[in-house]
Amino acid sequence: MKKIVAFLLCAALLLPVCAFAQEVVNVFNWEDYIDESVLQDFEAETGIHVNYMRFTTNEDMLVQVEANPGAFDVVFPSEYCVERLTNKGLLAEINFDNIPNFQNIKESLKNPSYDEGNAHSVPYQWGTLGILYNTELVDAEDVKTWSVLWNEKYKGQVLMMNSIRDAMGIALKMQGYGMNSTDYTQLRAAADLLIQQKQSGMVKAYGLDEFKDKMVAGEAALAVVYSGDAEYAVELSDKLAYCVPDEGSNVWVDCAVIPAAAKNKENAEKFINYLCSPEVAVRNCEAIGYCCPNEAAIELMGEEYASNPVMNPSDETVANCEYFNDLDATWLTVYNTLWQEVLNARQGN
Amino acid sequence: MYNVSLPWWSYALMGAGLVVFLGLLTLSVKRNHGVKRSLFASPYILWMILFTLLPCVLIAYYALTDGSGQLTLDNFRAFWDSNHIMRENMRAVAGDEVAATIPRGSVNVDTLVYSLWMAFLCTAISLLLGYPAALFMADRHMKLGSTLVVLFIIPMWMNFLLRTIAWMSLLEDNGLINAFLEWIGVGKVQLMYNQGAVLLGMVYNFLPFMVFPIYTSLSKMDPKLGEAAMDLGCNEAKTLLKVTIPLSVPGIISGITMVFMPSVTTFFIPRVLGGGSTQMFGDLIETTFLTAGDWNLGSALSLIMMVLILISLSILRKADPNGEGGGIA
Repeated sequence: MKKIVAFLLCAALLLPVCAFAQEVVNVFNWEDYIDESVLQDFEAETGIHVNYMRFTTNEDMLVQVEANPGAFDVVFPSEYCVERLTNKGLLAEINFDNIPNFQNIKESLKNPSYDEGNAHSVPYQWGTLGILYNTELVDAEDVKTWSVLWNEKYKGQVLMMNSIRDAMGIALKMQGYGMNSTDYTQLRAAADLLIQQKQSGMVKAYGLDEFKDKMVAGEAALAVVYSGDAEYAVELSDKLAYCVPDEGSNVWVDCAVIPAAAKNKENAEKFINYLCSPEVAVRNCEAIGYCCPNEAAIELMGEEYASNPVMNPSDETVANCEYFNDLDATWLTVYNTLWQEVLNARQGN
Repeated sequence: MYNVSLPWWSYALMGAGLVVFLGLLTLSVKRNHGVKRSLFASPYILWMILFTLLPCVLIAYYALTDGSGQLTLDNFRAFWDSNHIMRENMRAVAGDEVAATIPRGSVNVDTLVYSLWMAFLCTAISLLLGYPAALFMADRHMKLGSTLVVLFIIPMWMNFLLRTIAWMSLLEDNGLINAFLEWIGVGKVQLMYNQGAVLLGMVYNFLPFMVFPIYTSLSKMDPKLGEAAMDLGCNEAKTLLKVTIPLSVPGIISGITMVFMPSVTTFFIPRVLGGGSTQMFGDLIETTFLTAGDWNLGSALSLIMMVLILISLSILRKADPNGEGGGIA
């Protein structure tokens, strides 16, 4: 009996030693959001073992990071969550001396409003919100402004996004306001515009993911979509094109961040640096299919990719765009209530 | 992995659940079912407490409290005036002047009224379509009857979400029906994304729930009663009106209940076939929980819905006091 206890005690003492014998990095990323062979190559090159874990929504990830911040070394939140995590003091300042490849990141994505001073985050994948349109039915000139969604020419041909911030954001942008407006009068005006759009019969349907397939099938002339969905549709149908209107739009960025409680911060920085190297970024971008934030990788992918306005929006386009701020509950309620009013408005049928 | 800490009332709730469980068990023993027989019922009693009673108590708890757990009736006020919370927020942030410009919001009440109206239409159409179908199915002289029964059951082998999505490919602008209409020279008609499409989807999904209770009560009926009515000088129409229909009332009542209940709480169908533009109460509850993240208001909405269903059930029960139509009402 004593022997067994002694053995167990020894084993218990040895366990952490075994665990620390090898360098590790605990990575917490979105489902299907990396070329998994990159992980093996990173292990082979650096000898650091990657513990790879996955999440499916930002909210899921936040719960886990807040409950157990020391469990992760690299996490990939969306921009508004970077803001939330920073405000809660849960993120470490990244030592950019360890990430020389950060110079490859597009200038237009550096120093963003969600992370003032760019101390906590490195862009990983990004995209824009815009209009997917059928070139046989819609004049390309018209799509240069959001007001095309109110243009009587395309009555009953518009697929609107059933997403509060995006839909309200469009109506705000169109009137020259910011997408993160916290001014009741502006928000009221935006909601009225959306109600008028619905009541005049412009909108065919409100929805989300299904629109890319509807557009490919030729069910509507115009749809509000994210650039990732647009690229999918444009590849399937040569009648379709994508445009970010001149008034500007929303840009989203999923970033790599390091929790303040991370146990392997230097390994985390090595991992992020590895992801930012051009060859690896190319492999990841090709596997995922969203926009690539890595200038050197875009160069590697060639002219066709670089000149694709869906995958590589120009700096002018991005300059007009805004990130979504992490609105507090007070204002989220206002956005919600007004959007419910839009959805509840009756069309004359 | 999660560090869950339960609030005090959850322990109170668990205790209450245990007390109710033991209470029901002793009640069953006292009613002379005997200890042994009552023990057989205990898994079901436990099941009901865990998955029916407890959730109801939780809904009531959330509906009557605010985000910080304080007792309040604000959620019901927010049901009546959907702008209530927004107005109070604006009063705090932007001042009384802005708050004064916000009128009463009728979104929640309107959506409820609209849902009741749609459910009424759906039930009425299902009854009109379903009663003759049940008559055919129960008619012993019709060879087609049993085939009809099978044909009504076959679609139910498939999940209703899939069946609803399948309607999309029929109704779309470039769908099967429009392709046919174009071929015969009528031209395209917009069939999807309107109230009619939502109603069609609801009737299609809920019609079997109307047909089968009526079919059951009709086939239980003694055919000699009809023959007797004919002998006494009734024609076919009069027999139907004076004998068959009155005798099938329990089936009709339970059919109405079975269709009305899921119709009021319909969601998903309006989103798929109505294109999200005709929101129903089920959708509203879902978005209140998931998009707005307001569990308290969402629970209040659910509670109101449950009370309404309970009231309509007790009214229907008056029409079928013996529960002959399966006792659902």
